[in-house]
Amino acid sequence: MSARGPDLGAAGDAPRRRPSGRIQLAGWLAALGLALCAGFARGAAAPQPPAGEGDLVLIAERLHLGDGRVLEPGAVWVAGGRIAAVGAPAEIEALAGPEVPRRRAPQATPGLIDARSCLGLAGWLNTDHDKDEVDGSEPLQPELRAVDAYNPEDPLIAWVRGFGVTTIHTGHAPRALISGQTLVVKTSARGSWENALLDAEAMISVTLGEYGLAQKAAGTRAKAQALLRQALLDAQAHAAQVASAEPGAAIQRNLRKESLARALAGEVPLLVHAHRAHDIWTARRLAREFPGLRVVLEGAAELPLLLDDFARDPLPVLLHPSMARPGGESEALSMGTARRLAERGLPFALQSGYEDYVPRTRVVLFEAAVAARHGLPRGAALRAITLDAARLLGVDGRVGSLEVGKDGDLALFDGDPFETTSHCLGTYIEGRLVSDGERR
Amino acid sequence: MTRSAPTLQPASARFAPPRGRLPRPGARSPHGAALLALIALAAGAAAAPGGDGARERPRAFEGATLLPIDGPPIESGVLIVSAGRIAALGPAGLVEIPADAERIDCRGLVLMPGLVDTHSHVGSPWGADGSGPLQPEVRALDSIDVAEASLMRARAGGLTSLNAMPGSGHLIGGQTVYLKLRRARSVEELCYRFEDGSAMGGLKMANGTNPQGQPPFPETRAKAAALVRAKFIEAQDYRERRRRAAEDPQAEPVPRDLGLEALVEVLEGKRMVHHHTHRADDILSVLRLAREFGFRTVLHHVSEAWKVPEEILASGAACSVILVDSPGGKLEARDLSLDTPRVLHAAGVPLSLHSDDFITDSRLFLRAGALAVRAGLPREAALEALTLGGARQLDLDQRIGSLTVGKDADLVLLDGDPLSIYTRVVETWVEGQRVFDLDSPADALYAEGGPGAGDPLPPVSCCGPFLAGQGGAR
Repeated sequence: MSARGPDLGAAGDAPRRRPSGRIQLAGWLAALGLALCAGFARGAAAPQPPAGEGDLVLIAERLHLGDGRVLEPGAVWVAGGRIAAVGAPAEIEALAGPEVPRRRAPQATPGLIDARSCLGLAGWLNTDHDKDEVDGSEPLQPELRAVDAYNPEDPLIAWVRGFGVTTIHTGHAPRALISGQTLVVKTSARGSWENALLDAEAMISVTLGEYGLAQKAAGTRAKAQALLRQALLDAQAHAAQVASAEPGAAIQRNLRKESLARALAGEVPLLVHAHRAHDIWTARRLAREFPGLRVVLEGAAELPLLLDDFARDPLPVLLHPSMARPGGESEALSMGTARRLAERGLPFALQSGYEDYVPRTRVVLFEAAVAARHGLPRGAALRAITLDAARLLGVDGRVGSLEVGKDGDLALFDGDPFETTSHCLGTYIEGRLVSDGERR
Repeated sequence: MTRSAPTLQPASARFAPPRGRLPRPGARSPHGAALLALIALAAGAAAAPGGDGARERPRAFEGATLLPIDGPPIESGVLIVSAGRIAALGPAGLVEIPADAERIDCRGLVLMPGLVDTHSHVGSPWGADGSGPLQPEVRALDSIDVAEASLMRARAGGLTSLNAMPGSGHLIGGQTVYLKLRRARSVEELCYRFEDGSAMGGLKMANGTNPQGQPPFPETRAKAAALVRAKFIEAQDYRERRRRAAEDPQAEPVPRDLGLEALVEVLEGKRMVHHHTHRADDILSVLRLAREFGFRTVLHHVSEAWKVPEEILASGAACSVILVDSPGGKLEARDLSLDTPRVLHAAGVPLSLHSDDFITDSRLFLRAGALAVRAGLPREAALEALTLGGARQLDLDQRIGSLTVGKDADLVLLDGDPLSIYTRVVETWVEGQRVFDLDSPADALYAEGGPGAGDPLPPVSCCGPFLAGQGGAR
């Protein structure tokens, strides 16, 4: 039998994924329908349960829903951590009743999503003690789990949370051929953070191009690809052996092969970093060679050079940060690439990426703002750090937009969220205040 | 140089602005344009024909919101450039426009002084090598390549002057060079000059962790300070011996020492020390050295200056601050704060902002001002920190940093409020010559990035631009 998902310990294992958001949505719609019916029948507010933590009515002059739509003004009712209703303030306030605490802000968005970072592994002090984003001992290490390294107390997580980031896809860095796994987690860190996980084994970080090379072990692109492909084939053979084994037969477990087998089965995508055009082709060639394999492209500085061909058979794209510094393999990086992808209709999300020095982390809110500066329409720029990011990470059942049934994750602003001179006034995760404003 | 009948030239005609921004020149009234064109034609008919390259026609920038920095904003302003200098500025109607002026329609735009970056590494101005931690004899001038694409990025960011510096891996990294971002091929054509004609710049110094290393580099802070003090004492002695040798014809001549010479310039106050320093105790160490040897200094980065503003104020030192998107990255930057500019300004410490390109991008230099405002720095102080504040720290405030009659016509045209993220630099001018034009596809490539944006600039030949549309000498 092959292991499914990480074994996080004995009691209280966090499931790899929470139940589908659709079930909860149906439940909430039913409850809402009943409440509405009850209200109409009695002509007065139905009795509400006492408001507790995770209950909130947020009212904003501009409420960005995350799917491109904006309500002016708009309100969200979060009950028990889940969005119960979205709409005009008067209607929402009536539904929620007077017990639920109110919060007002000039503008609000869904909690922001960082589609790729190294937060919590790439520690803020960048010393041996907190530098866990890449291990240089071997070039291919898909078995390295982000959960075994993630530090939810790293101050940079609170830093981005202060700017409205509520969900991060984080883990090993694009600095080795296979550096390790990633995870998706909320930026709340109280108590057992494993309860904040949305995906404990999200993707496997693969790096093509100069940062994926490792001296003798994979000194050229061709050698790196050969190692990678052989490793996938070995995993394939191991999985076949396990599948065909007699029940009760003793199979030598192998973490490396098991993790790649999960990738081949389509359970865990390969997150492939590639900037150069020929490296992007290599990423797609790899995806085509192994039909079950899912490949997500990240970086993609030279994607504009092959946009037409790519669009015919695209991969999901986690685009480099807008302010990433061009140089080396990313010399052709453009701040206008997001605009081009949007014009072409290609799905993408923005990321804070990986920095080995200063700034130790970028902030996706700022990266989206600069993309908007270079022509990405503002609604699309916000989607790239909310709903589109959630979809590409497979967590849109829970987060990414202000929709009934989704988590009550919110970011509040005193002006246009993209203006450098605006401020994040507060951040909520599942209806609970997790940040009382940026830089506190 | 072509001589066509002068007409109103729209400064730029780009895509429509998002809601809330200033209107574009295309929105102007047709009647107004026709009237101005008639006036210009009449003026052109009366203008002196021909003329050599040295006698440029005056230029009139009309209709922009002027941000002089040393005075309040002027709505619908006019600024006249003549012979590379600002000849006049004021509200439209109160400024006389010379009959032969080339008139440039800037309605809908903001016109402010070209930005001054006190700490940049564009052009690869590297200095000292691995041979030792004290190399005052080394000059960034001898290393820099002004044809590098990075200088175009700086122009695209609205920068017109910058301090090109060696890195921070040495206690004394070398002599910096102050550059004016003209479109020219050699550093000699870009560098500012001292009165004696030599290239103008400061001395790059650093303390904290970056200059530490294996011997001969210092392993500790105390060793670092001892090495620096010994070197300055050597310079004091050199100055004294040279002075005596000059006075006494019988004395043994003292051979020139390039490094000690540069340090004597520092001791005499001619050459500014630009000192990289992060931690509060390292900042105080710089001030201690400055007190002992009497040198003038600008403190750079100063991640923890917010902890010691009174001490900095008392010393007379200025601060040049970097703002990055998150703290950390190294131990001594763990307490870096966006509050630093606000705290220093409130304390009265002279302030500038810098890019430290490529730590942050010159193209987004205005954003540094906006980040400072986000953290509470008053708007006017932020704009000054991007211009006149830096000019003062480079001893160039008589020439640049504000829209002031008599100063160099170093200008930047923006299509919106300078602190808005949506604002683009439309044009950058140096001494009345346009050095960046967002409407030129070649220039736009450097502004946005893309294939070829890392390539060096094509050469500008003696007889005119090598490629049309490059700006540069006309």
